[in-house]
Amino acid sequence: MSAAPDHTPTMAAVALGERLAKAAPLLLVPVLVLAGYLAIGTTSSWLTLTVSGLAMGMMIFIMASGLTLVFGLMDVINFGHGAFISVGAFVGISVLLSLGAWTGAPSLALNVGAVMLAVFAAMVVTGLLGWGFERVIVRPVYGAHLKQILVTVGGLIVIEQMIHVIWGPDEIFLTRPEMLKGAVTFAGAAIEKYRLLAVAVGLVLFVLMRVVFRHTKVGLIVRAGVENGEMVQALGYRLRLVFVGVFIAGSALAGLGGVMWGLYQEVITAGMGEEMMILVFIVVIIGGLGSVEGAFIGALLVGLTQNYVAFLAPKLALISNIGLMTVILMWRPQGMLPVVKAK
Amino acid sequence: MSDPILTLRGVHTDIARYHILQGVDLAIPRGEVTMLLGRNGVGKTTTLRTVIGHWAVREGEILFGDRPIAHLSVADRARLGIGFVPEDMGIFSDLTVEENMVLAARSGRMDSARQDWIFATFPPLKTFWRSAAGTLSGGQKQMLSIARVMAEERQLYLIDEPTKGLAPAIISTMVGALRELKAQGASILLVEQNFAVAKALGDGVAVMENGRIAWTGTMAQLAADREAQESLMGLSMEAT
Repeated sequence: MSAAPDHTPTMAAVALGERLAKAAPLLLVPVLVLAGYLAIGTTSSWLTLTVSGLAMGMMIFIMASGLTLVFGLMDVINFGHGAFISVGAFVGISVLLSLGAWTGAPSLALNVGAVMLAVFAAMVVTGLLGWGFERVIVRPVYGAHLKQILVTVGGLIVIEQMIHVIWGPDEIFLTRPEMLKGAVTFAGAAIEKYRLLAVAVGLVLFVLMRVVFRHTKVGLIVRAGVENGEMVQALGYRLRLVFVGVFIAGSALAGLGGVMWGLYQEVITAGMGEEMMILVFIVVIIGGLGSVEGAFIGALLVGLTQNYVAFLAPKLALISNIGLMTVILMWRPQGMLPVVKAK
Repeated sequence: MSDPILTLRGVHTDIARYHILQGVDLAIPRGEVTMLLGRNGVGKTTTLRTVIGHWAVREGEILFGDRPIAHLSVADRARLGIGFVPEDMGIFSDLTVEENMVLAARSGRMDSARQDWIFATFPPLKTFWRSAAGTLSGGQKQMLSIARVMAEERQLYLIDEPTKGLAPAIISTMVGALRELKAQGASILLVEQNFAVAKALGDGVAVMENGRIAWTGTMAQLAADREAQESLMGLSMEAT
């Protein structure tokens, strides 16, 4: 018997409300930007704050993207992620400081070359560190959330202390490469060149990740693995290997984020990664666990909210992101674009 | 029975602190459909999940042909040619139907003849090829879950309740698809609560009770043994 089904499937038209509900998270960023414009009033201030917020958001996204995938794929809560941010910053900035002749030269090529070398070194070191961290610290505690929190926080502390041992206990101040200093003027607003670079890097990275996830087999495996890891394995894919690869890539991205954040703040400390983890966790939670797109939108919302609120009501700046998280979770308790089902 | 494709010997499986499988002995012949029957909660799904590796064997052994596989990972068992359709279908809702099928054809691109066969068996999958699998109806999702194991030739198919909660028209489609697999010489271990489907497809039968195999025989023997039906499953197959 090869009975074809005698029902005739049709795709019912999706109601407007349902379509809007799906697209709502995507509309949040433009709505927030518009609301910021209306609240701030002057175009130049709004433009400066918006670019600053987007730059900050992009850097947080770079740090958060790996963490959300690590949680989504293997249900691992890694508080040690902040250590990779700090180590990346120290390695990258050390490379930059050693290339003083390049960074001090008024040559865009030499400046960018120095930054790229610094980023490369930071990503290699944090990628390798991530590989070791997964093998030694995370692997023994799969499936045990409480132990994961304890041992990854322990790992974070150990790595921070190692930074003190290697680079000393003091914070390190730095200046950006010559051609990345200063600002460009646009529509009466002074926009820092470095912030434009941060926005560009974040956007390129996001597009690259989208391409990998949507158009490659590895990307398919990762997306499917975040949703249902058991089934991916039952189809013959060694998900653990994929997870280790994602863990290494996520650690390397945290390292990249560390270098960029260090150049943004022009100072680095061993505890900078730990401090950033609050924002990173907020982004992962409001974005929806396991969702790179959600983390991207969440990071932009966090960056923009912090900048707008700091300008409009400085006293509220400290609680602006917690407030944002509260509002988002009251609206969507599982985050804006959750991929991982409740576990 | 000569050279079974799958053999379980004294298999014990624990889930958390519960001792679910309590010494399962079972042999699945090549090229036949073996029905795994029994009341709810006797260990049918756990048996399938233990064979594919989602639950670890605490004691006993599992042979795939002559090869012990209890120590292998889930992925390595699948790579030997074991296809698994879980009770919850395991559809990747956020992926399109096409992406689900691309993933299912792990060893390479699905050839066009096989794709045509799948489309002929399950026409809705062609209609919704580029739609997110999460938007499919329950029956269409079940079609996709079966189609995924058909994306490649497998040595053994483990299928858990493929007709659960489906409309009669869809059930007849499922039965047709499984018959086609059977006609191609596939070995299938099928958990099924619908006795009409079981009678239509089954060659051999194993009935479970309290985490063990309590009865084995042919489908014809079980259909004729009213006492076994009533004592092992609590109802008569004549009613179906």
